[in-house]
Amino acid sequence: MNESKKLSVSAIKEGTVIDHIPAASLFKVLTILDLESLKSQITFGTNLYSKNLGLKAIIKVSNKFFKDNEINKIALVAPEAKLNIITDYEVVEKKIVQIPENVVGIVKCVNPKCITNHDEIVTRFTVINKSDVALKCHYCEKITDQAQMKILK
Amino acid sequence: MKNRSLISINDYSKEEYIKILDLAAEFEKNPDQDILKGKVIATLFFEPSTRTRLSFESAINRLGGRIIGFTDATSSSVSKGESLNDTIRTVANYSDLIVMRHPLEGSARHASEVSSVPIINAGDGANQHPTQTLLDLYSIRKTQGTLDNLNLFLVGDLKYGRTVHSLLMAMSHFNTTFNFISPVELQMPNEYKIYLDNLGLKYYEHLDFTDIISRADIVYMTRVQKERFSDPIEYEKTKNTYVLKNTMLQNTKPNMKILHPLPRVNEISVDVDENEKAYYFTQALNGVYTRQAILASILGLQ
Ligand SMILES: [Zn+2]
Repeated sequence: MNESKKLSVSAIKEGTVIDHIPAASLFKVLTILDLESLKSQITFGTNLYSKNLGLKAIIKVSNKFFKDNEINKIALVAPEAKLNIITDYEVVEKKIVQIPENVVGIVKCVNPKCITNHDEIVTRFTVINKSDVALKCHYCEKITDQAQMKILK
Repeated sequence: MKNRSLISINDYSKEEYIKILDLAAEFEKNPDQDILKGKVIATLFFEPSTRTRLSFESAINRLGGRIIGFTDATSSSVSKGESLNDTIRTVANYSDLIVMRHPLEGSARHASEVSSVPIINAGDGANQHPTQTLLDLYSIRKTQGTLDNLNLFLVGDLKYGRTVHSLLMAMSHFNTTFNFISPVELQMPNEYKIYLDNLGLKYYEHLDFTDIISRADIVYMTRVQKERFSDPIEYEKTKNTYVLKNTMLQNTKPNMKILHPLPRVNEISVDVDENEKAYYFTQALNGVYTRQAILASILGLQ
């Protein structure tokens, strides 16, 4: 890690660093991982320069280790995200995220006439395209793509 | 199919379609049977659809079943703000099967997940109307003797037409050649064309409604609805372009039949009605047999 990043987002002793988040997706990632309700120390930086992403964001969560099915949810908005698992200031493991087969209760269906946008129903989608993320609604069968994707809160 | 809800045509296999069609043929031979005696079927029409409701109610009555329900949501507790979940859970207590029509898409799928009795989707918004698709398949097979290797022409509103999308999906199992005739603004959506491409099935798009239909085995007409157009002048032009007239049938194949989900507006001239190739009223009658077959299969009574 270079000096300038250390200045913008300080290092953690134990926990998880989520790197390579597109800057525009930072707040979606915070929402998906429900970091608002977490009590441990969280630092994040955004609009950092990245060769691949243009502007990226980085999140450091102290004393938190995510389960795979928990972290894979962010692949919908940050497919390139990389995780560094930190123990005693050292990276002990690196992980990438994988887009899940099914998406439950995270994304809003794009179809205004979908029953899930009217009654209290947990949304459910099948991922029909992983590279150019496209989700097919289990209820109305309409496709929600990445550009239209709204994260539920 | 026993105890299984019928929600979307895409949930069923080719073999399952054939089973229903075979059973429908049995009901056509003998439509009045008492197999639903002692059964209570709920018909919940959250939006009115007189034709579909009458067809279901005829099917149920001919099988000796009894009917409870409502014909539009204003006369029910729904108008008091009850959720679909609550309505379905309640009505499931009173009935052996629920037939429902609802303006919201996905409503029938949701109902099937909370109901203790099977659900038959009689239309959920612009999404699915599987009993219509099955009666269309029945009509095609009956008039052509087969579902395989046919040339199917779909005419009119191919963009928003739920009926034609479901029919395309269902017929894609049978090596169908598709011809799409529609104005530019109502063309078949790309997702369906990609679907056919992936299956290696042939389709052709036409803007003009001409004697190209001489190749057709089935001409499936649909209504072009005014509300689909932002420009009323465009609508008036289109409305009078995609009209099937009796004179257009001269060079068509002897086995060719004209289908239409009804109701029609002006897209089939009344002078076609007397032509032996006009099949749309018989198609509606086939709906009763097909729905009898679906009811009997789901209730395990065949
Ligand atoms: Zn939906």
